[in-house]
This record gives sequence, structure tokens and C-alpha cells, in this order.
Amino acid sequence: MADPSPIPLEQRRPLSPHLEIYKWSPTMAASIAHRATGVALYFGTLLLVYYLVAAADDVHSFNFASAIFGSFLGQLVLFGYTFVLLLHVMGGLRHAIWDAGKGFDPEARDKLAIGSFAAAAILTVLLWIVSFILR
Amino acid sequence: MVEFALPKNSVVGLGKTWPKPANAKRLTEFRIYRWNPDDNRNPSIDTYYVDRDDCGPMVLDALLFIKNKIDPTLTLRRSCREGICGSCAMNIDGENTLACTKAIDDVKAPVKINPLPHMPVVKDLVPDLTVFYAQHASIEPWLKTETPAPEKEWLQSPDDRSKLDGLYECILCACCSTSCPSYWWNGERYLGPSALLQAYRWLIDSRDEATGERLDYLEDPFRLYRCHTIMNCARACPKGLNPAKAIAEIKNMMIDRQA
Repeated sequence: MADPSPIPLEQRRPLSPHLEIYKWSPTMAASIAHRATGVALYFGTLLLVYYLVAAADDVHSFNFASAIFGSFLGQLVLFGYTFVLLLHVMGGLRHAIWDAGKGFDPEARDKLAIGSFAAAAILTVLLWIVSFILR
Repeated sequence: MVEFALPKNSVVGLGKTWPKPANAKRLTEFRIYRWNPDDNRNPSIDTYYVDRDDCGPMVLDALLFIKNKIDPTLTLRRSCREGICGSCAMNIDGENTLACTKAIDDVKAPVKINPLPHMPVVKDLVPDLTVFYAQHASIEPWLKTETPAPEKEWLQSPDDRSKLDGLYECILCACCSTSCPSYWWNGERYLGPSALLQAYRWLIDSRDEATGERLDYLEDPFRLYRCHTIMNCARACPKGLNPAKAIAEIKNMMIDRQA
């Protein structure tokens, strides 16, 4: 049969669909979340650095920074930052368990993945309750 | 390279809806990926209806029903129809598996069928597995020894033999490797779960004497260490094997030999 295209067949072959058709699983979500929180923490660290620089500068800078972080929006961002940080920590623990060669069976791997989300959410709320009580 | 979107020539369009079989009482809808190298069109999804009273229980039975009775141009690989040849590996309802061992009733209709993900398509459900096979060959999947061959066979204790269970059963269907996002983005440099499971099968074989050489080959940021324990491989394996665990064991062998 005559080839209808001047482009060689090997180059014309389409790439089969991947991300948009693949069914999501807890471990897949946990992996993406670990990557995403890792990126988000770069920005979170900038917030922390800004707070420390303001504290080192003078009382006006510090009061200004405190006002920003104390505002409703500031608190919301910090709450998110806490969750992102703790989720990344939980992801690190999960990876440590898997690196030790444990938790690979079908039940355990999903429990570890879902558990890291749950643990991060619970710890975030607990941490904020404690910080409100202590201040 | 991480590219989430499909290239322009790979974007999937809406295809044809084929007529329903006559006088059928129990119909199941199938949406199947089509691409024909002989016309210059993009891939598309065709819709078929399978008469369940005239068809076996497995997805492969439905595909053959379509091919025999509705559309003979539908192209797929199949051979053993009992889960040992690995030919009919494809993406069914979003997960890679073998069409011959996947029951139609275990999938929510309409049954969506695509070729194995992120692979060059030869035609319809047939992917080009050239690179996949080359990666398997690259780990040298055969017994390598230095000591002179014994008069009879290489002996192995039952204990050492049992270490190969869960590894030797691999049928090279490519369900695992093509389910792995890490393999999608770095499929030419990362060996992928299948080749690594096979690599571990030879690393852990008590008769093999090339362990160091094998580890040297794998000690590479891409070949081995692109595994991020996403675990799609273990979920997909139609033989119930666990490539993610095998890869973790290889990583631990790397650490052990440094100690």
C-alpha cells in the first residue's frame, strides 16, 4: 500500500494517552503531593526568612511583619504553610518506611498514603489549637 | 521530559459509533482508541456495542466479538487468552491489565480501552515496545558465572530458590512500566519497573556471579533512581508481582555494598 504521507511512519506515530486516562490511586496522589509540597515549601521558607529578617531589623519592621502574619489572610497562609510542611514531613516518613523495604503490600501501601494525608491534617489542627491556647 | 499534554498529532478526537448488533438483549458499550497509519488523521475513540449473550466473559472476548462481527479493522495483539503470554496488555478503565484476564463485569460500562500509556502507537491498541524490550536486554537477563560449569546443573538450595518467587513469573507484558509516570517522563533513561524487577531477579539469584557488575550498571541517577514509589506498577501487574518492592531491594543492595 502506498504511504500517503512524506513523513516516515516512525515519526508519525501518535503517543498514546497517559496522565488524562490513568486512574488515580492513593499512592499516586501521595507522590504528587510530596512533589508539590516540596515546591511550595520554597515559598513558605521565604515567609520564614522575611519574619526573621524583620525581627533582626528593628521594632517597626517586626511589628509590620507581625501585623501581616496576624491578619486573617496572613493566618490563613500560615495555616496552609503548616499543613504543607507537615504533609511533606509525613511524606518523608512514608518514604523512609518504603526505603527500609517495608509497607509494600497492597493494603499497607494505601494505608501509608492515605494515612500521611490524615496525619498531616490532624497534626495541623492540633498544632494550631495548642498555639492558640499557649499564647 | 515531563510533558503533560499530548503532541498535536496525538490528540484524541471523537470517532465513529458503530451499529448495535441486531436482536441483542444485553448490550455493553465499549469506547476504544483507534489510530490508522494509512490515513492522515489523528487518533479517535470509536463506540461499539457488544451483545453479551453472544460473547465470553472477558474484555478480550468482547474485543474479538467486535473484530469478528462488527469491525474487522480493529487491531490488537493477543495470543494465549489465559494471562501467560502478555500480548493483550492494554489500558482498560484507566488501569493497565491483560484483556484476557479482565472480566467485563468488573468494569463500569462504558468500557474505555486505550493502548498502553505514553507509547508510540503502531495501530489501534498495538504499541511499539522496541525500547521496552531493549531495556530488558540491557540488564542481561541470563545466568552469568565465572566458575567452570558443573558436570550437571547449577545447584541451588530450596531457600535460595524461593527468593526468586514473585520475580520469575514476570511475562514482560509492559503493564507496569507503562503505568509509571516516572517512566512516562524519562522512559528512555529510566529502565522502568519491569526491567528493574528482572534485574533484581538475577541480582538475588544465588547461582549468579555477576552481582557487582550488575549493580554497577544500575548505579545511575536515571536507570534505577527515578523510582519515586508511586506504586502504579505493583497495582497494575496482572501477575500480582511487586516491582516497587524489587526496586527498593536493589536500592538497599546499593547501600549494603558501600558499607
